[in-house]
Amino acid sequence: MSPERPDRVAPAVGAAEPARPLATAPARARRNGASPSASSTARAPNGDGARVTRLAVFGGVYSNHLALAAAIEDARARGADALYCLGDLGAFGPHPDRVFPLLVDAGVTVIRGNYDDSIARGLDDCRCGYTDPRDNHFARLSYRYTFANTSERWRRWMGELPESLRLEIGGRRILLCHGSPRQTNEFLWESTTSTQFLGWLADEHEADVILATHTGLHWQRAVPSSAGARLFANVGVLGRPANDGTPRVWYALLDVPESPAVPATVDFVPVDYDHERLAAEMLDEGLPEEFVETIVTGWWTTCLEVLPARERSRGRF
Amino acid sequence: MPARGSPGVHGDGTATVPTGYVARPAPEVPLEHLDQLWFQVTGTICNLRCTHCFISCAPDNHTFEFLSLEEVREWLVRSATWGVKEYYFTGGEPFMHVDLPAMLAETLERGPATVLTNGTLLPERALAPITRAARASRYSLEIRVSIDGPSAETNDPIRGEGTFERALDGVRTLLDAGFLPIITATQVWEPARDEDVRREFLARLREIGYARPRLKILPSLRIGREALRARGYADDERVTEEMLADYDRRQLLCATSRVITSRGVYACPILIDSPAARLGSTLEQADRPVRLEESACHTCWLHGAICTNHGGIGRDVT
Repeated sequence: MSPERPDRVAPAVGAAEPARPLATAPARARRNGASPSASSTARAPNGDGARVTRLAVFGGVYSNHLALAAAIEDARARGADALYCLGDLGAFGPHPDRVFPLLVDAGVTVIRGNYDDSIARGLDDCRCGYTDPRDNHFARLSYRYTFANTSERWRRWMGELPESLRLEIGGRRILLCHGSPRQTNEFLWESTTSTQFLGWLADEHEADVILATHTGLHWQRAVPSSAGARLFANVGVLGRPANDGTPRVWYALLDVPESPAVPATVDFVPVDYDHERLAAEMLDEGLPEEFVETIVTGWWTTCLEVLPARERSRGRF
Repeated sequence: MPARGSPGVHGDGTATVPTGYVARPAPEVPLEHLDQLWFQVTGTICNLRCTHCFISCAPDNHTFEFLSLEEVREWLVRSATWGVKEYYFTGGEPFMHVDLPAMLAETLERGPATVLTNGTLLPERALAPITRAARASRYSLEIRVSIDGPSAETNDPIRGEGTFERALDGVRTLLDAGFLPIITATQVWEPARDEDVRREFLARLREIGYARPRLKILPSLRIGREALRARGYADDERVTEEMLADYDRRQLLCATSRVITSRGVYACPILIDSPAARLGSTLEQADRPVRLEESACHTCWLHGAICTNHGGIGRDVT
């Protein structure tokens, strides 16, 4: 996890500016200091004069509005210059409409996940590709609840979100996406994604840093190249715990030094939040006890089919 | 519907059928990216002779021979520049190959690997080094064990006398070694029985100590020996251009995979008996579109991702 940095306090994010679609998001990022042109807002954390732009990047929220609020506060306290969310705003948790105002009010730039796409377009399914009947049962319960409780206004809003986002900071090309740069619902698990494949993705999509979510588990890997190390990170999700037996959830801080000679780094940040309250809200809403169990225990109980052997072994179910 | 046994597809991709219409050429699927590289590591040589085998593998079927460790090694090196995401080992029966442990160890240095086995040959001398290599790797090694149904009554008529119990023993051995094998069952029962079969199967696996069983049910591919056991394809069970509209082509294995065999590079592990599926001797030669003119392509289209470890939306997500 990232160390506390007391010298990085004032968040540079706009307080009440809505997230923008692709065409304007980079401009927004620049206004927020996520660009050399606005480097006056970047911090000099180490006292060595090197300016660093810090991005807080959230993965799937899954209607966990309490974790999102806690993560926004945490990211600001850690001096994030801009906040991003990589999509999958609904599913799993209660009261999907509570998520959107938090994102908008905090000025989080949001891209569209497969779930958001399905809800926005009124599709009949989350497009996660489950074939196991039990997984499908729970996926459908969750999808129907989320669809029924997402207002038309926010459906339209999600439909206008970009599928991906490109930033350039300190000469680094940063690509934010949901599943993978080539496919919104592609699962990039640590144990089933070869480094040579990540290198191909980075070449193909002309990126030095790629950030994704969709799987629910955070991990990162340096991707060697003749032009220097590139970086892939799955930022994890705020929506449910990381199948590790604790109720905390995770997001990522990307630090990009202004000097291209200094590598960009990702630190994963655990977030403690009022998960008991979320569990109570879920029960009140009639959501499955299996989901509540995950929130409380930190172990995944559903949608296990897609987990590769290594990741599955680490969990309880 | 055209009658079965009508003339097949001509060399120019058209097909004339008794009803009088001329079918249009089958659609082509380009290789979007080489995500999965398959090794037909033991060719068509298998210790079993399953009645539903779509490439008719058997102890004496030498249509495709073993790949050597050196060959696999060379393909692994070549595959790096293609950015291959994961590797699959199939046959025949991969555990018949004495060099399988070495192949897997080298593969797992590059990326994730999956082995498709019938589970009846898992000698300690092979499993011990494979287990060590799997533990040492950052990548997953998936072992897929084929068992056709929850009992000897469903499985053994297909796979051979005693194979159900032998495969369950194999599953126990894998569990003891720390693996969570994916059990793959070909749907040799009536589709209406799917839910019952799944429930019985999961219960049976739990009985033998598999606390969180992973089960994937596969459609049968009605070619090879299976065409004789069940039925072949009807003439209208073909993929057309219209059927690919709004269809995620990445669910078709040939959009993301190639298969290394002793006789060259093929489009798909299902179609190695089809000369048209041989795309060349090198990956470069095999980087060309595949025409979906085989009837088995219809099953792949219908179910989607049938050869991968999970998932598959197919033509319909509901």
